[in-house]
Amino acid sequence: MKRITIDPVTRIEGHAKVTIQLDDNGRVAGTEFHVTQVRGFEKFTEGRPFYEMPGITARICGICPVSHLLASSKACDAIMAVRIPPTARKLRELVHAAQIVQSHALSFFYLSAPDLLLGMDCDPATRNIVGLIAAHPEMARDGIELRKFGLQIVEAVAGERVHGFGIVPGGISAPLQPQVRDHLLVDLPSAKAIARRTLDFFKRALDGYAEEIEFFGSAPMMSAGLVDRLGNLQLYDGMLRFRAADGTITADGIEGDDYATWIGETTLRDSYMKAPYFKPRGFPGGVYRVGPLARLNAIDQCGTPVADAELVEFRERFGAPAHSAFLYHCARLIEIVYALERIEVLLDDEQVLDKHVRAAAGVNAHEGIGMIEAPRGILIHHYNVDDDGAIVKANLIVATGHNNLAIGRAIQQVSERFVDGAKLTEGMINRVSAVVRAYDPCLSCSTHAAGEIAMRVTLVGADGEVLDDVSRF
Amino acid sequence: MPPKNVSIRIDGELISAREDQTILEAATASGKHIPTLCHLAGLTPVGACRVCIVEAQGTDRLLPACTTPVHEGMSVTTSSAKLARYRRMTVELLLVERNHVCSVCVSNGHCELQSLATELGVTNVRFAFNYPKLDVDVSHPRYVLDHNRCILCSRCVRVCAELEHAHVWEVRSRGIHSRIVSDLNAKWGEAQSCTNCGKCVQACPTGALAEKGRAVEEMTKSSEKITSLARWRGAEA
Ligand code: SF4
Ligand code: FES
Repeated sequence: MKRITIDPVTRIEGHAKVTIQLDDNGRVAGTEFHVTQVRGFEKFTEGRPFYEMPGITARICGICPVSHLLASSKACDAIMAVRIPPTARKLRELVHAAQIVQSHALSFFYLSAPDLLLGMDCDPATRNIVGLIAAHPEMARDGIELRKFGLQIVEAVAGERVHGFGIVPGGISAPLQPQVRDHLLVDLPSAKAIARRTLDFFKRALDGYAEEIEFFGSAPMMSAGLVDRLGNLQLYDGMLRFRAADGTITADGIEGDDYATWIGETTLRDSYMKAPYFKPRGFPGGVYRVGPLARLNAIDQCGTPVADAELVEFRERFGAPAHSAFLYHCARLIEIVYALERIEVLLDDEQVLDKHVRAAAGVNAHEGIGMIEAPRGILIHHYNVDDDGAIVKANLIVATGHNNLAIGRAIQQVSERFVDGAKLTEGMINRVSAVVRAYDPCLSCSTHAAGEIAMRVTLVGADGEVLDDVSRF
Repeated sequence: MPPKNVSIRIDGELISAREDQTILEAATASGKHIPTLCHLAGLTPVGACRVCIVEAQGTDRLLPACTTPVHEGMSVTTSSAKLARYRRMTVELLLVERNHVCSVCVSNGHCELQSLATELGVTNVRFAFNYPKLDVDVSHPRYVLDHNRCILCSRCVRVCAELEHAHVWEVRSRGIHSRIVSDLNAKWGEAQSCTNCGKCVQACPTGALAEKGRAVEEMTKSSEKITSLARWRGAEA
């Protein structure tokens, strides 16, 4: 048997390694996706007061700290057994929508656009944001501006752009200032225009990616996402829904508190990332995916007019549910449109300026679970505390974890199509990287692991001999 | 008999001080700044941290300004390359001894250890971190003691004994094994002598003692209230 390892996978958040095993005929026999670092947040938070968890877990990730702040704060709200003030709820949704915008913009413009616009076979030295700026300056500028808009809101609500701590157990630490709100409203139309332009552009460009759409992890698979009672897209609140590959709803209305009944977790060899699966189907049959594409598959509709029109068109074109992982890019752009629509609704709501934004309480429950849709998919924080509020056990299930098995399958499909012989070509390595990147995995989060954006591919022959080995840092 | 006045030199400048003053008090009174950490005006100085060291003519030893009394003809230097080096090293050693992770600390941005490190230019730490496994005592209904962040300055011990007269806090064991303990090593929540006054929390220079429920960066303290309370009590007596 031959083996190919891709290590590190570049332009993802974190550090990964891909091994491709070949059979006697030089065809792909199997693939493995390993994450090679561990950080142990769940361990070292034991014994700490629960209300410190948002601040500590936010440090897991520099891209979407807000997701951890929110999921963690929701788990803390549950421990305090409080219903947070309505304004705090709205501000949390606002900051969340804003970080969806900035994180998706980062993923699309900085990490994926180089592949999409410059081509998969383009020289890796220029296939990055710098090359993009040279070739498509207007696009790069749009990306930067959209990201800035999202970050401005994060700063306004959470205090700082990256590690702000305004999101706290019980609500938000300080009310939103009217002049800040007005300022954000001024910048909103230009952000909406960018989202419009980019989506239109990308929809046209999609015709050129027929092959990628077909081979990029297009195996039909279950999707999971949060919806409200009407089946609308929900990012901050909502209940979990699983929709099968054929479009039927497998499980619905699952509250965060009940996640463990439906989601099992297992560990994979050679990887520090846990692999969650849909319990009723067992492991590995219960593979499902989360994140932008899975969300659009899971919901009935977005619940905002422009995004809904886009969703209808998307479904007509690619089916419902749509399966190709390549369509994650498109789903991300539709979600940016949705998030901007929600931001507008929330900023126009006078209640967001109310001064009462925080509920106070001590320990009123020994267990708290917080579930949200992070940019990359469902994020669950689950804490158990003692009478005094010290963490006894913490369990975090992060988006990339849910996608672990799905990413593995996608890699297999891409390598079956593009690996030929015992040599690793640049185009092939990049396609494997790109399919991983389509999921926008955040490995920092999934192993709660720090790391460079890097990847290594090893090709191993049937006899175990390493045929080729390419590292990219 | 009122205390006599003495003449001393601080950094070459001739200063008149009272003979019952420490070098720190005399320096502060004449507008000079000496960095301190364990010292809190109003409490008995103990010289625990050695950040306030100064050079004095006629001795090779470096003297803690907070505990050393002035005497006639004394000449001290409060800043030099050597002192800067030693003070820096002292702070670095405090940082490696326990787990001071500013970014996730309730006192981030309002911490005396942190601002001292900034003042002394501690941009990096040259020693290996100790990473001890230490407890967080969350048993008290209103306050938390996190040993990870304690620098053993003993301000809590002193403020509780001298101003609250409750003597809840003590330092247990020696050297690196030293720990702040309440009552005879009971959990704080079970310490019967504690009056829940919170003076120790206000006096503590770091996030080691904090109010319960304060999220990261939310714990601000007002140790100056301890100082004014002590002054007021002193004036009353
Ligand atoms: S708990 Fe605070 S006041 Fe008490 S010794 Fe430790 S650092 Fe000093
Ligand atoms: S301030 Fe003088 S020894 Fe600490």
